[in-house]
Amino acid sequence: MADRKTLQIQQISAHPGPIAGKGMAREPEVCKLIDTTTCIGCKACEVACVEWNDMPFQPTMFDNTYQTMPDTNWNYWNLIKFNETQHSDGSFAWLMRKHQCMHCEDPGCLRACPADGAIVQYANGIVDFQQENCIGCQFCVSGCPFNVPKFNPSTKKVYKCTLCSDRVGAGLEPACIKSCPTGCLHFGTKDDMKFLAEKRAAQLRDVSGFKEAGVYDPDTIGGTHVIYVLHDINKPEKYGDLPAKPRIPLSFTVWKEFFKPIGLIGAMLGFVGVVMHYVFEGPRREQPTPPVKQIDPPQPPAGKEN
Amino acid sequence: MATSANRFEHRTNAIDRLGRTVVYEGEMLRHPVYTRFLHWMTGIFFFLALLSGFGIYLPWIFRFFTPIFGGGAMTRLLHPWFGLVFVIFFALQALNWWNVMRWTPDDTSWMKRMKAYISHEEDMEPDTVGFFNAGQKLQFWEIFIGCIAYVITGVIMWFPEIFGRGLVAISYVIHDISALIMLFGIFFHIYLSTFGEPGTIQAMTRGTVSRAWAWTHHPAWYKEVTGRDPYKDMEAERQRIERAD
Repeated sequence: MADRKTLQIQQISAHPGPIAGKGMAREPEVCKLIDTTTCIGCKACEVACVEWNDMPFQPTMFDNTYQTMPDTNWNYWNLIKFNETQHSDGSFAWLMRKHQCMHCEDPGCLRACPADGAIVQYANGIVDFQQENCIGCQFCVSGCPFNVPKFNPSTKKVYKCTLCSDRVGAGLEPACIKSCPTGCLHFGTKDDMKFLAEKRAAQLRDVSGFKEAGVYDPDTIGGTHVIYVLHDINKPEKYGDLPAKPRIPLSFTVWKEFFKPIGLIGAMLGFVGVVMHYVFEGPRREQPTPPVKQIDPPQPPAGKEN
Repeated sequence: MATSANRFEHRTNAIDRLGRTVVYEGEMLRHPVYTRFLHWMTGIFFFLALLSGFGIYLPWIFRFFTPIFGGGAMTRLLHPWFGLVFVIFFALQALNWWNVMRWTPDDTSWMKRMKAYISHEEDMEPDTVGFFNAGQKLQFWEIFIGCIAYVITGVIMWFPEIFGRGLVAISYVIHDISALIMLFGIFFHIYLSTFGEPGTIQAMTRGTVSRAWAWTHHPAWYKEVTGRDPYKDMEAERQRIERAD
């Protein structure tokens, strides 16, 4: 896949040395735009995702909401999250949010992953799991601020939305985009989608009365390749666990990149220490030892100082 | 002063009866079969856990360790089991050594003269050093606390779906720090038992040490077991060698 120009690799998890072809392609970053204000919760995108990725249909779980099931799964990558909320003026609203991998610019999963080549980021921004290299440690699960990667306990591999990298690589839009009947989903370059999203947010603020409308593209993780238009940009949590400031745990950034190698060097100083002790000090022998013949270097002759 | 920390009491068990320890003339029994068995099982699983852990710790340096264990996924699968067996054998050893590892005021004063110990300022250890010296006890308690940290953080990382994202991220750091301290310590353990203090390794292989080794490194233990003065015995031995010259 890496030889296909449209999926030129940008980052590889736990990889020593340079990344072949990095920075070589003139690759515009892709982006999915989800306008939550026009989503009607029809679930066409859920079906399209299951269809295109050839995953089994799941029994739905009715829990008195318009949500198909409580959470995504290792073989169910796309879910319309349903939340009921009350506006400040007392009116009610149903919030529908298409939940899937956000394809972060600085992916927490890739940062956390200790397996060489199990997670890659393409130059176009798509973050993709390579299950043949996955070791099943699930560090990506704890590295992800959006709770996206899902573990398959029987194969011990982790799966998530690929942003249809196979379709995008062939010049097609992702399956969910293709299926959306209301035009709430858009796909294109990051610049175009950002422009479209800002325009729609301005329209919501100026015309539709959503004074707090805005674009969700969190800069704490360098932006995402899936962005939202939200009715209320100040409270993304209302949309079902969408963090206002998503962050990668420090243990996968500062500790892993910086203190791990230093700590290892520190521990290896123990080895250097004992070798040097043997060289400078020598062994501690059982007593009595045989009489000393000579100590090297020779001691200075007595009385020389004066 | 004869305290329990000077002498290692052990009641022969089934594992002791599987083997034998031969004490030759001029030697003393140091570690019975059961202790030696636990020590080497702990050691084997420590290194299995260490090497398999390396591959996950810094994969871009230690990528050559994972193939030894059958690839990344198999390394990840085995590592927690290696660790668990290591901890179980160490726990048995801790029970075995519980009395003799107790920290005493003498150990605190030994720690204060650590520099003199490292630079070999005295030929013989002070008469307060019993079955284990304070350095050995320090390492034992470091591993003891480290094992508790390993188990708690290891179980959290083993079953992240139960414990959640935040705890896993913290556990991972504590697990690493515990491993780094233990790796640092293992160099001293191996060095002092082989090159650093000749005559020591046989305590854990054949189970015996020479009387000279005993009075040099653990005078209080020597006195407790033989009822003789370690310094007088050493002096007598020295004069015997000089006369022989």
